[in-house]
Amino acid sequence: MENADLSHHIVSRFNEDLERARGNVLRMGGLVESQLALALRALLDGDLAAGNEVVRCEYEVNALQVSIDDECNRILATRAPTASDLRLVVAIIKTVTDMERIGDEAEKVGYIGSHHSNLDHAPEHYRVMRHLGSEVQGMVRDALDCFARLDAATALAVAKRDRLVDEEYEAVQRQCITFMIEDPRTIRRAIDLLWIARALERIGDHAKNICEYVIYMVHGKDIRHTSLKDVEKQLQAEPRPPAVLSATERPQ
Amino acid sequence: MNAVSHAVTEPARLSDTGPTQRPSGRQPGPGGSGSSVEASRETRPPKVRAEVRNLSFYYGQNRALKDINIPIADRQVTALIGPSGCGKSTFLRCFNRMHDLQVGTRYEGSITLYPENVDLVGRDIDPIEVRMRIGMVFQKANPFPKSIFENVAYGLRLRGMTRRSLLAEEVEQALRGAALWEEVGDRLHESAMALSGGQMQRLCIARALATKPEILLCDEPTSALDPIATAKIEELISTLRAQVTVLIVTHNMQQAARISDYTAFMYLGELIEFGQAGRIFTNPAKKATEDYITGRYG
Repeated sequence: MENADLSHHIVSRFNEDLERARGNVLRMGGLVESQLALALRALLDGDLAAGNEVVRCEYEVNALQVSIDDECNRILATRAPTASDLRLVVAIIKTVTDMERIGDEAEKVGYIGSHHSNLDHAPEHYRVMRHLGSEVQGMVRDALDCFARLDAATALAVAKRDRLVDEEYEAVQRQCITFMIEDPRTIRRAIDLLWIARALERIGDHAKNICEYVIYMVHGKDIRHTSLKDVEKQLQAEPRPPAVLSATERPQ
Repeated sequence: MNAVSHAVTEPARLSDTGPTQRPSGRQPGPGGSGSSVEASRETRPPKVRAEVRNLSFYYGQNRALKDINIPIADRQVTALIGPSGCGKSTFLRCFNRMHDLQVGTRYEGSITLYPENVDLVGRDIDPIEVRMRIGMVFQKANPFPKSIFENVAYGLRLRGMTRRSLLAEEVEQALRGAALWEEVGDRLHESAMALSGGQMQRLCIARALATKPEILLCDEPTSALDPIATAKIEELISTLRAQVTVLIVTHNMQQAARISDYTAFMYLGELIEFGQAGRIFTNPAKKATEDYITGRYG
């Protein structure tokens, strides 16, 4: 699966099925991406309308998730895909789950943002979240791009950025703790901040998962629960499995 | 494998074929109470039962197989896949010298059978002896127009087994091995032609198993059967794996993925890719393999 060759099946309806499923994933990705953007706008600019829009998008995202899963079930039952087709379908099934969760987390962020925008919690209090937010937003955007382009090399680079997000999350945590120690009246706001930071950090994790599925799709290697350094070494050392039995595969 | 040099000095005739005089270290055949114990003694990874080296095959001037190299794992299922005319059946038939009757055919290279180190396609090997040790099941069930019992006993009689009690025992064992005993045990003397397609195919497997082959060749054994009969044959092949090395040609990709341990993809007489079935069907290395198993035109 060096390139995004979903076509050229002898059965043309199979091409269409795969294209449709993939197209829907990209559409869902676009929706989730805009959900996250709206949520951050609600949070950082105190935009109530944007917050409501996030919640509205959620229904659409959920419906897409169900319909893509249906489509994949149908492909598995009727086409019995193998090799790259199988990996694509498996990756799609997993990706939509992560995307739906990104949507859920964005909804949380949007809800808290819009809920407090008209209270005494002025939006500038959430400014500490700006950097974390834009970093996560970039990760989601790039992860979805990698999925669209089947770009495993970039996917690996994007997955690595999850560490930055984690560090940023730590920093926000420390900052919140400082607020709370300094002035107990900020506890309520600090807890909200922690919730938001936590949601953003989770979104980063989901984006990383999507990158892992892209690498699985392209290289056929399941790299979950492997350190990214090892993955990089593996991919460099053996870009493709051997065409004939490797020493470990061969009967003795 | 370290004894390759012995191959030439081995007697040209394959070792004795009497059912009770199998080479030691291997369970004589299917069924039987001792088989599972014997099979469990085998440790992984599997041993190589036969090694195909630089095998080429010619129909006159036409080179149908080109330099095939494959190890055949002992008591594992090896599936051969590939488009029509790629040489799968030709390759399979080399194992029991089915081409010998055709004029103008020629083998090059070798198929070494272990542990005896005999070259199955060697000129000095008697094809009849080869076929005694390597059973074959065809696409279309081809029982003899005889009773069920006689069909299975046929090969044993050819080998000079005449004692009725012994024959009955062997026939039952073979029919049990082919998962057919439950269905035909009480009507052994009815005509085999009255059986259903799936039963006939299992009868042919029982007939092949009766002579206790070391390798069982299956040339699309389920392509003419319905899903239930196919499932039974697939189940049977998975069970047989404990006792006999199976080499199967199939056009059904899912079948190859389900039942085989190793899969070889052939195209235009060449071996394109060979590896563990799990890998071939999820992550093939060659584009040609990928295109074929995913149903693309290359």
